[in-house]
Amino acid sequence: MTFNRSDLGAGAIFIAIGLGFAAITLLELDIGTARRMGPGYFPIMLSGILIVLGLAVALKSVAHGDEPRGPLPWRGLAVLLSVPVIFGLLIRPLGMVPVLLITTFLTSFASRRMTVAAALLLTVGLTVFCVVVFNLGLGLPLRLFGSAVEPWTRPIFGVR
Amino acid sequence: MDLVANLGLGLSVALQPHNLAFCFLGCLLGTLVGVLPGIGPTATIAMLLPITLGLDPSTSLIMLAGIYYGAQYGGSTTAILINLPGESSSAVTAIDGYQMARRGRAGIALATAALGSFFAGTVATVILALFAPPLAAAALNFGSAEYFSLMVLGLVSAVALAHGSVLKATAMIVVGLLFGLVGADLYSGAPRFTFGIPELADELNFVAVAVGIFGIAEILRNLENETDRDVMVKKVTNLWPTREDFRRMAAPVVRGTALGSLLGVLPGGGAILASFASYSVEKKLSKTPEEFGKGAIEGVAAPESANNAGAQTSFIPMLTLGIPANPVMALMIGAMIIQGIVPGPNVVNQNPELFWGIIASMWAGNLMLVLLNLPLIGLWVRLLTIPYYLLFPAIMAFAAIGIYSINSNPYDLYTLAVFGALGYALVRFGCEPAPLLLGFILGPMLEEHLRRAMIISRGDPMVFVTRPISATLLALSVIVLVVVLLPSVRRKREEVFVEED
Repeated sequence: MTFNRSDLGAGAIFIAIGLGFAAITLLELDIGTARRMGPGYFPIMLSGILIVLGLAVALKSVAHGDEPRGPLPWRGLAVLLSVPVIFGLLIRPLGMVPVLLITTFLTSFASRRMTVAAALLLTVGLTVFCVVVFNLGLGLPLRLFGSAVEPWTRPIFGVR
Repeated sequence: MDLVANLGLGLSVALQPHNLAFCFLGCLLGTLVGVLPGIGPTATIAMLLPITLGLDPSTSLIMLAGIYYGAQYGGSTTAILINLPGESSSAVTAIDGYQMARRGRAGIALATAALGSFFAGTVATVILALFAPPLAAAALNFGSAEYFSLMVLGLVSAVALAHGSVLKATAMIVVGLLFGLVGADLYSGAPRFTFGIPELADELNFVAVAVGIFGIAEILRNLENETDRDVMVKKVTNLWPTREDFRRMAAPVVRGTALGSLLGVLPGGGAILASFASYSVEKKLSKTPEEFGKGAIEGVAAPESANNAGAQTSFIPMLTLGIPANPVMALMIGAMIIQGIVPGPNVVNQNPELFWGIIASMWAGNLMLVLLNLPLIGLWVRLLTIPYYLLFPAIMAFAAIGIYSINSNPYDLYTLAVFGALGYALVRFGCEPAPLLLGFILGPMLEEHLRRAMIISRGDPMVFVTRPISATLLALSVIVLVVVLLPSVRRKREEVFVEED
């Protein structure tokens, strides 16, 4: 028995999302009636449709050959999916400059071709560029240094 | 003449120095992302949208529009010079464009693409100016039932015109619709799918969703196989086509423009379909079809005109009905909402300077793009050699800053990571990301109109089929769906998209 792994995978994701939304809707939301639709009416309809579609996609995978795919970029996945989270966690306490230094340096190593020297150069260059363009140029409301590092940076950079 | 007065108003807006400057900046950035690998106009517009919010709404949309059609020009440059389409709408250009380049006719191919695009852009601007106002006037009579049916038709056509499996595209739309519902319920205020997190009560940040499924997923796909890009043509000379070239490209350009203008209005990647369809048409009509694939100038002229015309006429449903034809238009609608403009048929009356300003700016922008692309081609060729590992850290930094600056909400960045993962998984399993984003933007509107129509009709679902316009739109949706599922059409549909591989 052969399976088309693309169809099987896509179908599984659709079913999982459908089940997730359906479960929350049934547990937490008032469905109401067609005449007075509650907040759960539209979601339960949609999640039902999605589960059916997911099953259909998964069934189609049976007895179809697989298509070739590139290797999974594990390093890229690990880095690129954690960098936004790190940015989100640290932006308030640390501010834009330290966060950019950390995240850009980390992001650089998503590629196997990056060298430490190039990453350092890129990190510093990009951080300076972002400060000049976004903060000084466009005046975006982002603090350069957050409360956690400000006591040390104030003597050098002043209050930003 | 209303049209002349309106275009005059538009030009007076578009030609203000700061609007010209931002239009130029948009075109420049558009060409840049069209040329650079691994970042497309959707992700770019999503990333830059936050920083344009401080600008005047007209200026902001003029710049975002410039990025969109600028990317169509840039995408063809990479298609011709290195056989890698910068944008999917330039995929067919690569077939004959690259062959022309290998025969030493790269300059002529680039000039053909630019001149064809300019002609198409000019014509499409006029079409937009002619047809948008009457459509907006007609849409003013639409009630909730009509809007619901119109969105259903839009989503169904998006499925029909997306490439790949119809089933998967439909499922992607439903996924988008569901995620669009996260946040407070419009009528009862009840929080939905927020896991008790107050930061999610507003709704998922659409910029984060868009950058996740288009930006991060695309970077990951590029990291699957990192290769160097070979630029065969280091120096482009001999730009100007001969009289014979002009004679051969004239008819394809006109046909491509017509086809592109028509298909661009339809929801679901009109520009992409337009370029594929016009290539097939030219191959069928040609007296020398065997030349196609070996450097036929018609194979560059027609699809390039078609995709540019399609890119521009896709503004028609966005500006007149508030309904996006593709992900970029969905982002524009999001930008308008944040700027406090209600998208829909009222835009033309309430914000005429915005409406006509955008239209007029497209013409100015197309002229800039010809000037930007042809004489400066050497600069773009050099940019082609920037290694990818220096690019994506910058993309990530800009994305994170842009998203955080909208609401200063760290949860928006977690949204970015989640949709990056989901987007990459789905793309890897052969799903198109565009329908998901369309569904995401339309989800809340679709629900609002469904529920409002049902409240007004006192729970009678017949309201959707007894009102004539609504009934017509729903009937059209059914016809589109049936036609797409017909076996003969299914084969044809696969044929149209087959050239891509």
